[in-house]
Amino acid sequence: MTMLELDAVHRTHGTGDTAVHALRGVTLAVATGELVAVMGPSGSGKSTLLNLAGGLDAPTGGTVRVDGQALGGLSRRKLAALRRRRIGYVFQELNLLPSLTALENVALPLELDGTSIGKARRLALASLGDVGMADLAGRFPEALSGGQQQRVAIARALVGERRLVLADEPTGALDSTTGEAVLRVLRARVDAGAAGVLVTHEARHAAWADRVVFLRDGLVVDTSGPLAQPEELLAS
Amino acid sequence: MSVRYGLLALLRRGPMYGYQLRSAFEESTGGTWPLNIGQVYTTLSRLERDGFARALPGQDSQRPYEITEAGLADLEKWFTTPVSRTERPRDELTIKLALAVTTPGVNVTDVVQRQRSATMRALQEFTRMKAREHGPGDLSWRLVLDAMVFQAEAEIRWLDHCEATVLRHRPAHPTPTSPAAPDPSTQEAHSR
Repeated sequence: MTMLELDAVHRTHGTGDTAVHALRGVTLAVATGELVAVMGPSGSGKSTLLNLAGGLDAPTGGTVRVDGQALGGLSRRKLAALRRRRIGYVFQELNLLPSLTALENVALPLELDGTSIGKARRLALASLGDVGMADLAGRFPEALSGGQQQRVAIARALVGERRLVLADEPTGALDSTTGEAVLRVLRARVDAGAAGVLVTHEARHAAWADRVVFLRDGLVVDTSGPLAQPEELLAS
Repeated sequence: MSVRYGLLALLRRGPMYGYQLRSAFEESTGGTWPLNIGQVYTTLSRLERDGFARALPGQDSQRPYEITEAGLADLEKWFTTPVSRTERPRDELTIKLALAVTTPGVNVTDVVQRQRSATMRALQEFTRMKAREHGPGDLSWRLVLDAMVFQAEAEIRWLDHCEATVLRHRPAHPTPTSPAAPDPSTQEAHSR
């Protein structure tokens, strides 16, 4: 099932001679169980793509659909509700509210959406369990390592019915072993029935994705999928 | 590195037959370096000739080998001496890109992108192999796999750097003999 669809999406900032074309006709579909990485130099449109996918920004042309719903046709209230219920974000830092425990952080989007506190916390605990963090649910962010905080952020991104995780350099502040552990968790959660978009400038992290989309000057210039005969890599 | 130090390192564990050395070698390198049994026996003969290993009495024609004191010293020297970069083979990709930027009609950006995609696919495959590993597993194999991951990543970073450098490049002295149809990447670079 296609969870995210970008169809001929354009995003232009400004008009006339000073117009900046951040995206120039990007088409991309991400299905449940699929992790897609987006790579490209600074200014290639990676973050714009992620903001459009999450409904934080609106395209100047084309269509963005999340879980079959075209975001352009939704009222602000419905768009906000869709974001709360379907889409989760993981950023490089400033992911968690410092005054809330891991459990409260993960439960927060559900509580904001009107779910009872008891149910929200039950779902939050289940989501923390999915990323191996149930035992540390009562800790505040400052008492968690960087890798543990990112696992909590992944748990929050996919709590309840949320099935689309948008990650922007989620391992940027972590050492290589911890970063890899976080990507393993993200990969496992996507495999278990979510769709993911991972923006990164690190090829080693993008390699956890099923597909890697290369952006340059607002265009998809290439896509790398699985190899036909991977065993040849080892024989060479 | 030669097979010689690989075999010496394995004999450091204890005496082994040729076929045991072969399978232990392949196990240690995760199958990335297949050996034929002829290579193993040729190398063992040379090690014996140089006094680094000796054959022990055995049954029939099969004889186990053990490492000698001189072999131990040679092995220790190998482990404590950094690998020289000049001993590595010349890299075809480096040469290809060095020639691409000076050969008329070659779109360097396309060359870079094709290579980047190919290397990215390899990197994705190495990562899938890693993802299939659960638990500590075989440490030697994990390290070999990590080496391939980091080498592929380094190549992609270098390609990113090449692309950025080509796009920013402005020749100090424009050549009057530029080709009739310059490649688009060079045109783009000059217009910036």
